[in-house]
Amino acid sequence: MSPRFEPITGRYLHLDLLGRPHRLYVEEAGSGIPLLCLHTAGSDGRQYRGLLNDPRITKDYRVIVFDMPWHGKSSPPTGWQNEEYRLTSRDYVRMILEISAALELDKPVVMGCSIGGRIVLHLAHEHPEQFRAIIGLESSPKVDPYYDTSWLHRPDVHGGEVCAGIVSGLVAPTAPDEGRWETLWHYMQGGPGVFKGDLYFYMIDGDISGKLAEIDARRCPLYFLTGEYDYSCTTEGTHEVAQRTGAQAVIMKDLGHFPMSEDPPKFIGYLLPVLEEIRSGKKASAA
Amino acid sequence: MLENLAARVNGDANLVRRGKHVNTTFLIAIDNTDHLVSIRDGKITDIRPGPFITPNYAFALRASRESWDKLLSPKPIPGFTDIFALVKKKLLRVEGDLHPFMTNLFYFKGVIAAGGALAASRSGGAQ
Repeated sequence: MSPRFEPITGRYLHLDLLGRPHRLYVEEAGSGIPLLCLHTAGSDGRQYRGLLNDPRITKDYRVIVFDMPWHGKSSPPTGWQNEEYRLTSRDYVRMILEISAALELDKPVVMGCSIGGRIVLHLAHEHPEQFRAIIGLESSPKVDPYYDTSWLHRPDVHGGEVCAGIVSGLVAPTAPDEGRWETLWHYMQGGPGVFKGDLYFYMIDGDISGKLAEIDARRCPLYFLTGEYDYSCTTEGTHEVAQRTGAQAVIMKDLGHFPMSEDPPKFIGYLLPVLEEIRSGKKASAA
Repeated sequence: MLENLAARVNGDANLVRRGKHVNTTFLIAIDNTDHLVSIRDGKITDIRPGPFITPNYAFALRASRESWDKLLSPKPIPGFTDIFALVKKKLLRVEGDLHPFMTNLFYFKGVIAAGGALAASRSGGAQ
């Protein structure tokens, strides 16, 4: 193989976030309509490298991916050693808006997966005017706890092994090994307690089921894409969101909870018509 | 699912490597039939069918045969592709001292996968 660089630029952004100085890692590629991508709980922006490297996307879209504080190559804020990380709906919404403002994005498209797929529902509810369109991947209004998340952060259990072990079954059984194990590697590299802290939002604080009827897809175009093998954010949950918001949902065959990283080419096949519809303002013709 | 389990697990060098620190006995219940599976250094040393009067084990995985069959189906069924998918549906119960199970999740998922026709790589076994 001849050596090559990917067309991705990675930089560290210093900004005040949630009232505290932060240093965030941000990657981007392409030009055009800003597409702000939100990674899943306990992982980081590497999940989107398939999109960042796809010229069919980057010719029309400036794809931007940030690692949330505490995740990936972003630092936790100074003093982190004296606090327990716990993501809330309020902070997550503020984080996205403040990062978007710091990057001076003009009505970006925002796309999030899992916790990202949940928080975009909050964005659609509270701030639809700020976005050109909203794409929810693996979106569901709530997920009740189905295991004791305290196992994810205790000194006598390896955090990387248990976090990846918990989510491994969420990857579609049909996913290629490379995508499956890269997705799990990201989970193996998470900081102690970070996945558990994200799940506070996912399983406790982020329940938006009572507000779905107040989300109106006419105020901001909404799209939902969910993998058929996702048993966490279920296809039923996505259908419920779509039905109650007036949006459309597409169930993606042979994909699970991490479509963008477990099988990027397959996922991008589903994403391209959505991006084209957003770009052109015209309904994509049926494939 | 238990017929050739020991041979399949012990013949999978990658799975045994993952479980090299596993020394425990756990229980697999299929419907109301219990089986004790003993493991030493990642290898299955014994599988004993019940009934037991005073079974001694660290943790138990209990599900109906129908649920086990769906989990281990050669053709993956959405909603039935992982132990935790069944736990979420309340079709599989994990009980007892969960520490060895949670500490070695990939290993135990690989052991269960070896009981069916799952692709081993799905659950952490050999590539």
